[in-house]
Amino acid sequence: MSELIINTGVELRNSRLEIHNFRLRLAIALGFVLLMFLLLLARFFYLQVIQHEHYNTLAEANRISIVPIAPNRGIIVDRNGVVLAHNYSAYTLEITPGRVEDLDALINDLATVIEITPKDRRRFKKLLEESKSLDSLPIRTRLSDEEIARFAAARYRFRGVEINARLFRQYPKGEMFSHVVGHIGRINQRELDKLEEEGKDANYKGTDYIGKVGLEDSYEKDLHGTTGVEEVEVDSGGRAVRTLSRSAPVSGSNLVLKLDAKLQEIVYQAFGDYRGALVAIDPTTGGVLAFVSKPGFDPNLFVDGIDTQNWKELNESPDRPMVNRALAGTYPPGSTFKPFMALAALTYGKRRPEQTISDPGGFNFGGHFFRDDKVGGHGLVDMYKSIVVSCDTYYYMLANDLGIDNIARFMRTFGFGSPTGIDIKGEAQGSLPSQEWKMKRFRQKWYAGETISVGIGQGYNAYTPLQLAQAVATIANDGVTFKPHIVDYVEDIVTHKHTVIEPQPLRTLELKPEHLKVVKDAMIGVNKEGTGARAFAGASYVSAGKTGTAQVVALKQGEKYVASRVTERNRDHALFIAYAPADKPKIALAVLVENAGFGARAAAPIARMVIDYYLLGKQPTPLKAAGENNDDGRD
Amino acid sequence: MTTAAIRRLARLVTAHIDGPLLSATLLLLGVSLVVIFSGSNQNFTRVTSQTVSMLVAFGVMYVFANIPPHFLMRIALPLYVLGVLLLICVAAFGDVVNGARRWLHVGVTRIQPSEIMKIAVPLMLAWYFDRYEATLKFKNYIIAAVLLVVPVGLIVRQPDLGTALLISAAGCYVMFLAGLSWRVIAALATAGAASVPLLWGAMHDYQRQRILTLFDPSQDPLGAGYHTIQSTIAVGSGGIFGKGWLQGTQTHLDFIPERTTDFIFAVYSEEFGLLGNMLLLILFLLVIARGTMITANAPTLFTRLFGGAITLTFFTYAFVNMGMVSGILPVVGVPLPLISYGGTSLVTICLGLGILMSIQTHKKLVQS
Repeated sequence: MSELIINTGVELRNSRLEIHNFRLRLAIALGFVLLMFLLLLARFFYLQVIQHEHYNTLAEANRISIVPIAPNRGIIVDRNGVVLAHNYSAYTLEITPGRVEDLDALINDLATVIEITPKDRRRFKKLLEESKSLDSLPIRTRLSDEEIARFAAARYRFRGVEINARLFRQYPKGEMFSHVVGHIGRINQRELDKLEEEGKDANYKGTDYIGKVGLEDSYEKDLHGTTGVEEVEVDSGGRAVRTLSRSAPVSGSNLVLKLDAKLQEIVYQAFGDYRGALVAIDPTTGGVLAFVSKPGFDPNLFVDGIDTQNWKELNESPDRPMVNRALAGTYPPGSTFKPFMALAALTYGKRRPEQTISDPGGFNFGGHFFRDDKVGGHGLVDMYKSIVVSCDTYYYMLANDLGIDNIARFMRTFGFGSPTGIDIKGEAQGSLPSQEWKMKRFRQKWYAGETISVGIGQGYNAYTPLQLAQAVATIANDGVTFKPHIVDYVEDIVTHKHTVIEPQPLRTLELKPEHLKVVKDAMIGVNKEGTGARAFAGASYVSAGKTGTAQVVALKQGEKYVASRVTERNRDHALFIAYAPADKPKIALAVLVENAGFGARAAAPIARMVIDYYLLGKQPTPLKAAGENNDDGRD
Repeated sequence: MTTAAIRRLARLVTAHIDGPLLSATLLLLGVSLVVIFSGSNQNFTRVTSQTVSMLVAFGVMYVFANIPPHFLMRIALPLYVLGVLLLICVAAFGDVVNGARRWLHVGVTRIQPSEIMKIAVPLMLAWYFDRYEATLKFKNYIIAAVLLVVPVGLIVRQPDLGTALLISAAGCYVMFLAGLSWRVIAALATAGAASVPLLWGAMHDYQRQRILTLFDPSQDPLGAGYHTIQSTIAVGSGGIFGKGWLQGTQTHLDFIPERTTDFIFAVYSEEFGLLGNMLLLILFLLVIARGTMITANAPTLFTRLFGGAITLTFFTYAFVNMGMVSGILPVVGVPLPLISYGGTSLVTICLGLGILMSIQTHKKLVQS
């Protein structure tokens, strides 16, 4: 019993000690709890007070997505408001390649719902190679309502495929303006890098297209406009929940051109099946009235990426439709060079107008006989006659008397051999031969014999039709040269403010009026009684002109050119320069018809049509446009 | 019936309810409904369904408050054995849900045996220490550790890291409160620290990567780290005063995952800010403080250990969940006690609170 009591006593004491120990441990545990809660509190304080700004920014960034709104691209119209480039809205079927595992399988599957031609596939493939990786790319454009409905019903099957309403660029006049207006295309990596370099990439967020060539390229800055921004609240899936703020995009400005679409059309048709170029300029302003390079290409093909087959055809065609002949093609000017040579002679005092030479049918220099076109020669030839009948011998001699460096110095002032500065890119420089030029180009010295053929616009001479047109305009405008420009004014469609491309006089040549008069009179004579008389017979205005024929292949010594013996592509190019009305010129032009033979036959009638329309509003009668065979002598 | 009779009946009915604990619980449940409404994008069905769960949980709490602790001692061993058997059944033929084998079909419904173990393990250990109270030796701690490791090991394999963590914590609390010698605690801590590099060396690269991501979510911002990054942003952007109820952008634009369950604290913290967080910590502390008081005054070793384990486990729930949401602890699936949406954990927690009430209100009976 007592033992039990003792035991109990021990137990009670133990138990009290135990309770004490337990409470101590419980207190330690509670201390631990408080410590941990303080730790949490510290963490909350750190996140919610100290780092609050940072996390708030992150939350806002989560929540808000900045969506660019691409501006509408400005349209391009001719001087009378005829639309040359505009936008239309259409639905496209687009694939985001990054979200698709098996692209081919998906496209095959899509093709069961919406028609996808092999051409669409090829174009898509090409786009895929060129695009920025995250883009959605169109596989089909211009969906019909029925196609949209069909896709909508089956869309759950197609991850990464969607229908979008997009604005498309369209060029209603197609190839007729392809070399002037140019075209846009999808922005490629190189262009993207360039935009980034120039700090313009922000304005191109949301824009898929950029001007590639022509006015679309050179006036990109005006046409593009300013990208708008929409602040959208998005959920974690990136879906827009609501719009928070919006700054509207500012549409690009419109371009109003100096070009006359009707005139351009007349020229284009007048060329018939021939290749060539024509540039018509208002000599008093430099405004370009017609700018044709034929053949052209359909710029609409390029808007959404051209498919490989069309691209190959365009690139490999022997007609080279992608080459802008007016701007980048360089040709010997042939006899159209003679009026300028005559002016040089007068300016340097090497000839007086009435001074005559005797033309025996050629010019002998250093053992070489430089043939005149007319067998037996033109007899006694003064300056007037030399231009009107296009006497080669006169200019062989003159070239020899002037020397190559004088010719070069004089011709340079007319802009031969230098870019004109026209408002589209890609201009060729051409070559204006001189001693220095030859040394630079060929590391060879100039031979005096080489000067002779330069006198008749052959030899190393090579200029663009644009340069030639500008030079004619300079004569027409009594020595004042304007920078050629295609755009008349840029129209801000919001403020309707017109930014006019002011006529920019480049230089005023120091030509004596009496010298100019001699040459101009002679050029009038060409169209009245000379090589251009036939083309301009019956014209109600007085015009001035000069024919020309440029050799494509050099003839052997003493050989006579016979068109039928030469393959088509080696035939001479026909040229014609003109301006009218002669007393107060409103239009100056240069025409080049490739491999068409004589300028008088092939090129001059085109010039006539252009001037008739421009001055008189006369529609061309369906006449035989560019003459086939020749019964004239060479000009 | 007279008013006196009514009063007596009322006293009889509420005799085993602990006022302070009930008040703190009710406040927390009120917060829960407010936040669930916001987190569910104002879905009344969710709020209603949670209210039903709360009523059930209250029923369970009431029942257990009225069960005297010595009855619990009687079921400790059978419940533990049943729990371990069920865990083995789960391992053998349980249902796989979300990649984890946790559920067991029992007739029409299915149960999650690991949830039972949250109560059964501390109950078992408390009963075990109580039984050998007079003669506690080191050996008993070893046996207790085995009793703990077996169910925890089974739960880790499911895998359910959160539950395993909570149960081990509960077991450890019991052993600590039962007087595990400080030297052993120190030795275990040293051994644990020493084994980290060994374990690290034995792991595969992908396992290491997974652990690194647990501690540094920015290593995998779109994968495992995404939840923590977004919840941390939610907490931080809440600031001192919060964005206001129903105004949390992280919440309502779907950036926070599991907005009404495991990550509900992110919603709360974003909308109510630092002040709200402090209020919530205070409410949790009230529950813990009351639990500690009850435990400190509990009459038997069993009730002291069990009550202590329940109180500290409640703390562990709250701490681990808030630590995970605020980015100082890795993401493990632990709900915020009394706040998170979901019936199971709510019932388990209320059951525990009911036991605390029982310990408090049956004290006098034992003493007398």
